[in-house]
Amino acid sequence: MADLELPTRQGHAPDASLPRGLPGEIPITLTINGERRELHVRPWTTLLDLLREDISLYGTKKGCDHGQCGACTVLLDGERINSCLALAVTKDGCEVTTIEGLAAKDGALHPMQEAFIEHDAFQCGYCTPGQICSAVGLLKEGHARTREEIREMMSGNLCRCGAYTNIVDAIEDVLAKEAAK
Amino acid sequence: MNRFSYARPGSVADALREVSSSPAAKIIAGGTNLVDLMKYNVERPTHLVDVSRLPGLKAIEETQEGGLRIGALVSNTSAAYDERVKERYPLLSSAILAGATAQLRNAATTGGNLLQRTRCYYFYDAAVPCNKREPGTGCPAKDGVNRIHAILGTSEKCIATHPSDMAVALAALEAVVRVAGPNGERSIPMAEFHRLPGDTPEKDTNLGADEIILAVELPEARFTKNYTYLKLRDRLSYAFALVSVAAALEMDGDKVAEARIALGGVAHKPWRVPEAEKMLRGKAPDREVFEAVAERILQGAQGYGENDFKIELARRSVIRALSQAAAGTPQSQTDKRIQ
Ligand SMILES: Cc1cc2nc3c(=O)[nH]c(=O)nc-3n(C[C@H](O)[C@H](O)[C@H](O)COP(=O)(O)OP(=O)(O)OC[C@H]3O[C@@H](n4cnc5c(N)ncnc54)[C@H](O)[C@@H]3O)c2cc1C
Ligand code: SF4
Ligand code: FES
Ligand code: FES
Repeated sequence: MADLELPTRQGHAPDASLPRGLPGEIPITLTINGERRELHVRPWTTLLDLLREDISLYGTKKGCDHGQCGACTVLLDGERINSCLALAVTKDGCEVTTIEGLAAKDGALHPMQEAFIEHDAFQCGYCTPGQICSAVGLLKEGHARTREEIREMMSGNLCRCGAYTNIVDAIEDVLAKEAAK
Repeated sequence: MNRFSYARPGSVADALREVSSSPAAKIIAGGTNLVDLMKYNVERPTHLVDVSRLPGLKAIEETQEGGLRIGALVSNTSAAYDERVKERYPLLSSAILAGATAQLRNAATTGGNLLQRTRCYYFYDAAVPCNKREPGTGCPAKDGVNRIHAILGTSEKCIATHPSDMAVALAALEAVVRVAGPNGERSIPMAEFHRLPGDTPEKDTNLGADEIILAVELPEARFTKNYTYLKLRDRLSYAFALVSVAAALEMDGDKVAEARIALGGVAHKPWRVPEAEKMLRGKAPDREVFEAVAERILQGAQGYGENDFKIELARRSVIRALSQAAAGTPQSQTDKRIQ
């Protein structure tokens, strides 16, 4: 993924002309998917744009860019947030987990990823990274048990394909397996 | 987004200095409202003061008066699920959980929630006039698209609503906002925190531009049994209130001893009418009284076309919320069926 030569900062013409290492860039440290990184960010760069455009982690999606869809959901110090509304500079020192960081080192998928496949919990897949990160956050929070509670606590992730029923099935399945442990 | 410099002060005193360093400086906490508005060029700060690491503002603590102090940086999630909040101020917990989504509540802070700005479509569109965004340019909402707009306390200049759910519960609970400024600390009661638009709709609150919210303080616990937060909106979750009602009753046997009713989604601030609340004192909680109370609360309500329906919706919501509170069956924020 990382060596794909994709044009970056499309639609951000003024930024594209900015040279690297501007005095306005601020050094920060982020641990992204377990890897500690020293980065230089412009203060107006969102965590979402940093992930996608500066370090080529394209798994996290941009849907609305305004906190209204959940496609950009990542885990920040283990808690789910909308990365489109977080300025990267304000998250200095934090741990970020994206969809790329959920599987084990040996490639074994996270139980939530397995469950999404098992239950066919997506169609186009655009919302899926956000759905899965959100669902992993939900697991950790421990406030949702029933289907109704899962639906409410997943309301921050829209799916234009309408895969909701299977998404709830997948999460319910993982919750049940966790409870049985 | 415009370009800006960035500071992360290490103390409240430093933060106050940073905030006063430029008239276009702006505080950022969770960023969930400010970053959104900056992307639309509605807010254009030249200097961002990141208060999110300030020490001492992330705690929920007991006050000397027997209440609870919720630090300005406590996330909406942490406040809503705090055992003391759930037990002693269930109305507040319920209202917070009725708002936004799990992701947003994780990032959103207590201070930022109070200061979030209106969701008026024209306010959000920097290409059109708006008195709140650019004083003196006019209010296109009055004769325009205004389904979500206010029916009470409006002015010629602005008919916007305040969108917070949390603030509605805080108003009903008579919380106090603790703030720090260049001249020290002061307290602003919730009733005086948000403003009506009047001639200066650009001012949402009575917080000074050089002040910082430190905390919200709740008085000693009351209304732990007979309360509800009823929120009505265009979809069942992840939507702002068209009308919401925080209702809290203190019962004395089968009579109401004290009542608090605050409405959201209908005005530029959480809407309370103390005279209407007093009408319940000493009365048995029945539908007839509730109807009279609702009438009193909505006295003078005015629609602007698309939001005319809110008057009747608000009236019925008050009656329903009072019934829920009296019965001790608060609205579930998961099962949205209204009982
Ligand atoms: C899609 C969407 C849906 C939403 N739905 C709801 C809903 O249903 N109900 C609801 O109530 N809310 C809702 N919200 C709003 C959300 O609750 C607010 O955005 C959030 O509470 C703001 O908190 P924050 O810490 O992120 O504030 P920020 O964005 O960081 O700041 C907001 C404002 O407060 C100021 N500020 C922040 N902290 C302080 C402080 N300590 N002292 C002085 N000034 C300060 C900032 O300068 C800024 O002007 C929604 C938001 C989105 C994006
Ligand atoms: S209602 Fe207020 S915020 Fe909306 S357009 Fe009119 S002046 Fe602006
Ligand atoms: S891209 Fe962040 S919520 Fe839609
Ligand atoms: S699978 Fe297509 S948007 Fe959800």
